Amino acid sequence: MIEGIFVEGLIYSIMALGVFMTFRILDFPDLTVDGSFPLGAAVMATSLVGGFPIWTGILLAMLAGAVAGTITAVIHNELKVPSLLAGILTMTMLYSINIRVLGNKANISLLKQSHMISALVDATESFMNAGIAQLFLFTLIAALAVILLNAFFHTDLGLTLGALGGNERMVVAQGSNPKILKIIGVGVSNSLVALSGAFAAQYQGFADASLGVGMVVSGLAMVMIGEFLIRSSKIHWLLIRVIAGAIVYKAIMFGGRYYGYRIHLTPNDLKLVTGLLIILSLIITKTDLLSRWKKRHQND
Amino acid sequence: MIKLSDVSLIFGEGTPDRVEALNNISFQLNHGDFVTVIGSNGAGKSSLFNAVSGLYPPTSGVISKNKVDITRWPEYKRAAFIGRVFQDPLMGTAGNMSVQDNLTIASYKGMKKLKISLNKQKKNEFRELLSQLEMGLEDRISDNVGQLSGGQRQALTMLMMVLSSPDLVLLDEHTAALDPRNAEKVLELTSRFYSNYKLTVMMVTHNMKMALDFGNRLIMMDRGEIILEAEGKEKSRLTVDELVKRFHDIRGMSLTNDETLLS
Repeated sequence: MIEGIFVEGLIYSIMALGVFMTFRILDFPDLTVDGSFPLGAAVMATSLVGGFPIWTGILLAMLAGAVAGTITAVIHNELKVPSLLAGILTMTMLYSINIRVLGNKANISLLKQSHMISALVDATESFMNAGIAQLFLFTLIAALAVILLNAFFHTDLGLTLGALGGNERMVVAQGSNPKILKIIGVGVSNSLVALSGAFAAQYQGFADASLGVGMVVSGLAMVMIGEFLIRSSKIHWLLIRVIAGAIVYKAIMFGGRYYGYRIHLTPNDLKLVTGLLIILSLIITKTDLLSRWKKRHQND
Repeated sequence: MIKLSDVSLIFGEGTPDRVEALNNISFQLNHGDFVTVIGSNGAGKSSLFNAVSGLYPPTSGVISKNKVDITRWPEYKRAAFIGRVFQDPLMGTAGNMSVQDNLTIASYKGMKKLKISLNKQKKNEFRELLSQLEMGLEDRISDNVGQLSGGQRQALTMLMMVLSSPDLVLLDEHTAALDPRNAEKVLELTSRFYSNYKLTVMMVTHNMKMALDFGNRLIMMDRGEIILEAEGKEKSRLTVDELVKRFHDIRGMSLTNDETLLS
């Protein structure tokens, strides 16, 4: 079970990295995630069922996510609507599109398909436990994602994306087109989310149109838990703590699912738990600020 | 170099709230000019800057640079050759990023590339540049800009602006929000950068004395019009009293803006 928590945490941490990018770096609260996560899952599943190689499915899923993010950014840029509304629009439209991608069905089973995880288990079962093999694979993938994103945020373009969230005027004054930057940022974010969806579909053995319900909120919970675990302003720590937060979040959810019956919790209550977790995080953050503020005034 | 021909900027056309922020402004700026712009609140100084920088495209008229029509160019595109410093010291820098990150973003204009240009050599260059400010920022290169004082941030903004050697610099009361000591410092930087980097500057100020002490040209604005222009020797002979009197003569009323008189 313990490696199950880690594997799920690592898979969803890719999605949480996408949420972190929009919510924390770009200051562009993006709800497309609820649609682009199942989009990634659907594209991956349909591609596998259609007989395409695994890597094609992964690339197509990322591409589809990037397109979804681009649509949200363009709606926001050109129609001058708030990012929240733009995201909700894309998310809602994606619900129909995802069912289309799944072939007018609500879900596709991958149990009889060969996919990334079944291929990995087949290749390693002679010398390794399936759970450990998955743990290795997804640790590697999450590490790669952190390394690549860390490098990206050190490039001139990445730095400018960082500045965009803090001060859009400054970015304009330095001659960058904020519209293009938002398309890049939200596009990359949603391609990560869709990638996470593609992994999740293979891990669970099915893709479902309703896979994304509450996804932004759980991504945000992961990001916020990470912020409690590690305090830093260095970008590599900001990325690593998203991964850590995702794993802890999944551990809490596992706890809720396995031991929650003792306090009469059912799996259906987990979304409520997620929301309460976020509210709790917010309260702690606020009161933390309050205590610091008090201290400062006592010193005066 | 930069030329405005009959530029008007009207807000709320066709409504009772119609405001003529700029009224048929024609104005030419030559390379190396240092123009100070004065006028009371609502005279159109900031509107003039907004029209030139591209924040608000003019309702009518033409803005051109070296005979190229740039009237409809968006702000980010004009930023490639126009540097602007605002009154609010928080506007010009990203507070959530370090000094060196801010300088990296400012080291070239336009779309930023997907390469890591911040290396040891760049950091040394930045330290060298920062030491010009004489504020000790060269030792705080990896500190977040949010930790700097307003004066330090404004000085950093000035440095970031000259890094890309802009053709035109717009200073929008860039010292008004600073304490006197920092204001002095940033003004001193302004003159130093003007001569070292051979800039062309337009500077809005509320302070008449400052407008007379700085630059080779002066324009006075009122209700969206340029009502007085003085250049070279004519400008250097002007005094504050003379300016107030001239305003009275032109407008047939006295200059009643306390802020202008008191400063």
